[in-house]
Amino acid sequence: MKKLESSLKNMLLVLTGVTVASVALLAYVNELTKGPIADANAKTLNEALKQVLPAFDNNPVAEADTVFGEKDGKKFVDFIIYPAKKGNEGIGAAVEAKSLGFGGELKVLVGFDSEGKIFNYSLLSHVETPGLGSKAADWFKKDQKGDIVGMNPGEKPLTVSKDGGQVDAITASTITSRAFLNAVNAAYQAYKGGDTQGNTGASQKYNEVNCPPDDEAIVDTVIINN
Amino acid sequence: MNNFKVMMNGIIKENPTFVLLLGMCPTLGTTSSAINGMGMGLATMFVLICSNVVISLIKNLIPDMVRIPSFIVVIASFVTLLQMVMQAYVPGLYATLGLFIPLIVVNCIVLGRAEAFAAKNNAVASMFDGLGMGLGFTLGLTLLGAIREFLGTGKIFDLTILPEEYGMLVFVLAPGAFIALGYLIALINSFKKAE
Repeated sequence: MKKLESSLKNMLLVLTGVTVASVALLAYVNELTKGPIADANAKTLNEALKQVLPAFDNNPVAEADTVFGEKDGKKFVDFIIYPAKKGNEGIGAAVEAKSLGFGGELKVLVGFDSEGKIFNYSLLSHVETPGLGSKAADWFKKDQKGDIVGMNPGEKPLTVSKDGGQVDAITASTITSRAFLNAVNAAYQAYKGGDTQGNTGASQKYNEVNCPPDDEAIVDTVIINN
Repeated sequence: MNNFKVMMNGIIKENPTFVLLLGMCPTLGTTSSAINGMGMGLATMFVLICSNVVISLIKNLIPDMVRIPSFIVVIASFVTLLQMVMQAYVPGLYATLGLFIPLIVVNCIVLGRAEAFAAKNNAVASMFDGLGMGLGFTLGLTLLGAIREFLGTGKIFDLTILPEEYGMLVFVLAPGAFIALGYLIALINSFKKAE
């Protein structure tokens, strides 16, 4: 077959044809994978919840409470609180919180028991440097160097030892460590805020990543309209 | 040129990473560990094979003046498809590579092979070219990733060989990628000269 000539009609027809075929294919695959993607995400979330909470028997995802924040007139999800219950008695909650790390957004799921002590956490997503900041996935867990399990951010917000706090920062990744602890503190505020009344919560101010957070900037409580 | 030769050409003689020096952005960006490099290489190989075959099949239907946009649409479709399938069935791998998958669209190897090979050859030869180039790219990325992971953290494919304390962190970071790649290319060139 001879090659099609580059006339305007041919070019228009071919480009339209190629894009239509591509859209049709992608739409079909999108339909096909929609279910499995949702399943995979739900599975990841459920496993993370089981890991960070004391044994529970309710469905925290179904009872989840989303706290919205407002920035520049736009509504965005600030925190998601997953309450855990055992026999109708609240035994704690897991809070999904965000913070700005060294490479970008850092998303953590922190589990608290009913007294507000940290039970466990899971790093949901991050874009920190592999081999440095990415160690946050295990660094702050029980019996690791920066163990935060059992601490209560309500008594004193968690800060790294360099800033006079009680937590050892990840070696060579102070910015990531600060961001991580900021997220944990903010998660605690949201957990407490969600506990007392429905319409207040905490929103964390995104610190400039390269300067140490001063006291008032770590956690800033604001009124949130929802 | 028979198909086997076409394939070996991509793996050794015109290896995209060490000889053609194409696709340097994913090469330097994703090779912080051997498994990441391999995953990126395999994902690129999949897109390369599919796009090469499709482009060689439709090459006569596409007028010369709009060939680049048409090729890009074909490549982008396969990348998006790959992204959705990975997200659905291998979420673990997607979590580590997700950021880099859309970058395959602008990877020079994919468009380069479409232009230089698939637009001039038949579908079977194009498939072997995609396979060869993809394997060559995978090999290059895995090798570079393994070296960086070993020098940086003392592990290869997450298997500890030396205690982590002996690792030189710079190799996990961006400058280490340039250093390791430079030495690898120099080494390969000196081997070639000796032959």
